[in-house]
Amino acid sequence: MYWILDLMILTLVIVCAIGAITIKDLLGTAILFGAYSFMMCLLWAIMGAVDVAFTEASVGAGVSTVFFVAAIFRTTRRTRD
Amino acid sequence: MKKVALIVVILCGAILIHATSEFPKWGEINSPASLHVSPYYIKYSVEQTDVPNIVTSVLADYRGFDTMFETTVIFCAGLACFLLLRIFNDKEEETESIFYRHIPSGIIIEFKNHEVDIRDEDFELIDSKFVPYDLIIKTVCRILIPFIQIFALYVVAHGDFSPGGGFQGGVILGASIILLAISFNLKTAIEKISEKTLGVLSAIGVFIYAGIGCLCLILKGHFLDYGKLAKILPIDPVKARAIGMLGVEIGVAITVMAVMIIIYINIASQGKHQEGL
Repeated sequence: MYWILDLMILTLVIVCAIGAITIKDLLGTAILFGAYSFMMCLLWAIMGAVDVAFTEASVGAGVSTVFFVAAIFRTTRRTRD
Repeated sequence: MKKVALIVVILCGAILIHATSEFPKWGEINSPASLHVSPYYIKYSVEQTDVPNIVTSVLADYRGFDTMFETTVIFCAGLACFLLLRIFNDKEEETESIFYRHIPSGIIIEFKNHEVDIRDEDFELIDSKFVPYDLIIKTVCRILIPFIQIFALYVVAHGDFSPGGGFQGGVILGASIILLAISFNLKTAIEKISEKTLGVLSAIGVFIYAGIGCLCLILKGHFLDYGKLAKILPIDPVKARAIGMLGVEIGVAITVMAVMIIIYINIASQGKHQEGL
């Protein structure tokens, strides 16, 4: 049963990663990056590394998303490339 | 040029994926980590460190020195953010107008004169890129923030038994203040916890960690040898270890909390500390 969940989450991780580098809207990128971190957090939890999952959830999905949004708020929302 | 970059990236990815096939399988009993590293900690960590959680015993005891410098790195990150972004002269501010909102009616008043300072219950200062007054967001955040902070304290205090510890607890504690800054405004958050306090707190955390280490040195032990704390505390060495680790975790949490808030405030307000997200 584990491998179905694993496969689903890994697919979502890859989709989030590709989406984050292709999207033109930087705010969307920040949110996708948060989603990516959350999926990684789920993966860590499945593998039994609960401490790492906890750190990923609080730092990766939580605070760093806020930092990205704050940085975008003070710069621009669209990329040139 | 883009095609060349794409080819290089795909080649590197292929090499990396090929290299992972050499790795031992997940949970493999015969992998080097399961043969030599894990059994040692599983066998000896309780008798050597008296900590119920093996992860904590590795983080705070076997690799205590490492964790101390991780905390120092976070402190340096906060310091670098402060030095790079903080602006002290607010001469540009004089040309900008300031806005006050009359809360009962929702009317917004603009003042061209910078000297205006209204201290009335009915009026509140708002950002120039103001957001609409939202009672729901403010009320929900006001109810939620104390629970987030209590959960953070639980994560810090319970870190040596369950997943969690100084880093995670500190980040959650910092996030609660950041939530306050987002839901109300930056000035409210800075009034609650001033810039000077944050700077002092971020240094105090590292000081607590290094201080406990040096205290063990003074008590004729090794650096961060928590058992030696029993000489000055009226408890047995096993309890002294738990207390020492709790002290270290609290130090880490204080530094991480202060640095997270410093980074957020400096990024969100472009270093002016006037108005933010």
